[in-house]
Amino acid sequence: MAIAPARVPERGIPEWTGFDGLVQLISVDGQRTVGCPYWELVADVGADQLRDLYTDMVVVRRIDVESMALQRQGELALWAPLLGQEAAQVGSARALRPDDFVFPSYREHGVAYCRGVDPVDMLRLWRGSALSGWDPAVFGLATPAIIVGSQALHATGYALGIMLDGATSAAVAYFGDGASSEGDVAEAFGFAASFTVPVVFVCQNNQWAISEPVRLQSHGTIAQRGQGYGIPAIAVDGNDVLAVLAATRLALARASAGEGPTLIEAVTYRMGPHTTSDDPTRYRSRDEEEEWRVKDPLVRLRALLRAEGLADDGFEDSVTAAADEVAARLRRGCLALPDPPPDALFDHVYAGPHPLIEEERDAYAAYVSTFDS
Amino acid sequence: MSLGQALNAGLRQAMERDPKVVLMGEDIGKLGGVFRVTEGLQRDFGDRRVIDTPLAESGVVGTAVGLAMRGYRPVCEIQFDGFVYPAFDQIVSQVAKLRHRNEGRVAMPLTIRVPYGGGIGAVEHHSESPEVYFAHTAGLRVVTPSNAADGHRMIQQAVACDDPVVFFEPKRRYWERGEVDEGLATTVAPLHQARVVVEGTDATIAAYGPMVATALEAARIGLQEGTSIEVIDLRSLSPVDFETIEASVRKTGRLVVAHEASVFCGLGAEIAARVSEHCFYHLESPVRRVGGLATPYPPSRLERHYLPDADRMLHEVDRCLQA
Repeated sequence: MAIAPARVPERGIPEWTGFDGLVQLISVDGQRTVGCPYWELVADVGADQLRDLYTDMVVVRRIDVESMALQRQGELALWAPLLGQEAAQVGSARALRPDDFVFPSYREHGVAYCRGVDPVDMLRLWRGSALSGWDPAVFGLATPAIIVGSQALHATGYALGIMLDGATSAAVAYFGDGASSEGDVAEAFGFAASFTVPVVFVCQNNQWAISEPVRLQSHGTIAQRGQGYGIPAIAVDGNDVLAVLAATRLALARASAGEGPTLIEAVTYRMGPHTTSDDPTRYRSRDEEEEWRVKDPLVRLRALLRAEGLADDGFEDSVTAAADEVAARLRRGCLALPDPPPDALFDHVYAGPHPLIEEERDAYAAYVSTFDS
Repeated sequence: MSLGQALNAGLRQAMERDPKVVLMGEDIGKLGGVFRVTEGLQRDFGDRRVIDTPLAESGVVGTAVGLAMRGYRPVCEIQFDGFVYPAFDQIVSQVAKLRHRNEGRVAMPLTIRVPYGGGIGAVEHHSESPEVYFAHTAGLRVVTPSNAADGHRMIQQAVACDDPVVFFEPKRRYWERGEVDEGLATTVAPLHQARVVVEGTDATIAAYGPMVATALEAARIGLQEGTSIEVIDLRSLSPVDFETIEASVRKTGRLVVAHEASVFCGLGAEIAARVSEHCFYHLESPVRRVGGLATPYPPSRLERHYLPDADRMLHEVDRCLQA
């Protein structure tokens, strides 16, 4: 979609306490909200862009569903589903500019999709074919951080580099409510605020860190953490793609204007398990899941498109067909992913020569060769 | 000049050579670091290249990772050995593994400087020798100079190295002086090459960092007592220059490995295993180790009992000779 250059509103971060304290531009039943000052940040988003956002979200969900199936069929070792977080990921990632650099956790498949990563490459990690799947420099996207919260510091350091270079881009860290308890996230907040670096912290509060509810992490909101560090924070309805887009644009504009870090808390819900190894029925209720099901981000955007006459059955069928094609290609690509040769174990451990690595490489090759005859 | 001054001069040359070299750490700016190793560098290179950070070691190393991904060549200072553990996760899970994880597409040319070791009468957490935790981790290079000339050369090599280097500085030797040729090319020896400091024929002591000077004292005393001891300065703990050690053992037939770190699972264990495997028929006696005790680092009034001295090294040499 076209990216409008956002600017920092004259009054900085608008005060907003409506809609349970969350920035919301599309209501749960698919109506445009009235009075929220964040509308001015997405004033350029017209019919085509809304349809594009919807298409992204449908495709991303389809990638997720197909990957879940591939894991259940034994083709992936593990999968961390993003089901329910499509608006938070697509809305934020579509606000990014090409020269921004993203540091994701392991659940940001929607962000990776929006950055242009081939979905097949996303699966290399989960199939066990490799430890990561793409070249960070090509997509402006680091490979997934599995150590929870570690990437918040990397984003902060990268942003420090942007500042030292005198550039106007930004670094973006994605993490979850569980990560907000990690020391590295706290240290990242401290460093980012102290150095006034152009970083955006996008916390997707999906309510659950495996089996631990967000109230176990903190009794305040995650957005409130920003105040203690002097970091302005925006609490946004994370299931509202337009609100997330607006908040991220504002944060990026602040970063580019030299105003430093912004914390975005996107309040959403992990509709699926933590990973394919998890069983949410052991720790959360059907009632809770039902409560969030009606807030499904796709349902909401579809309702808006339908209500405003921007989508009909033909449009939805074409989106579904496009998503199915992506999924079919993903499945074919996954099954065709080759196992790396054993020798790859020793590649890229060091940049320069290393006698122990070379010795073990030779010794292991000699050992393997004894089986050839 | 002293080892501390040699490191300072080497850092200065590294910064002059490459504008992407930035120093980060606690109190390294106006103060010049608690050991003054970065003295004058912020004044001369500015606060955008010599950066005082908040007090958070994981933050220092973790932000350095991001800087490296942006194309910088960060040099982190950890104030004391015992303060490196909060950064342990970033060092072993990120710094060490990012290149491999990304199939060579991400470079991680960090240098992490850590003053280490005891013998200065310090309080708890200021005298430890944690080098083996890092030597055990694939993806890191771990080195330690024992003298001013090596410090000057090796810090420049570490900064220029495209791999992450954990650079342990023997803090009790910071003030010891030696000849330093600031014009000497840093290519005179590879970073991981050990050095035979004095030659001998009866036994070899392999030591590194603060223990090299102690081993040399042991060799001097040994000579007076009629024992010819060869002393090797390992310089690099990962990788280890086994060739130099094995060549020496084939000559002397006896090996004592010395370090301040605890003997149990210390670098001496790896070297003993390796030498037993490669030099078995040249050995006149079992390889012996001398090092810190299997206790937490003691209060400073007891540290002389914990730390190996020349006498304890000679005691182990004697046991080799009597075997």
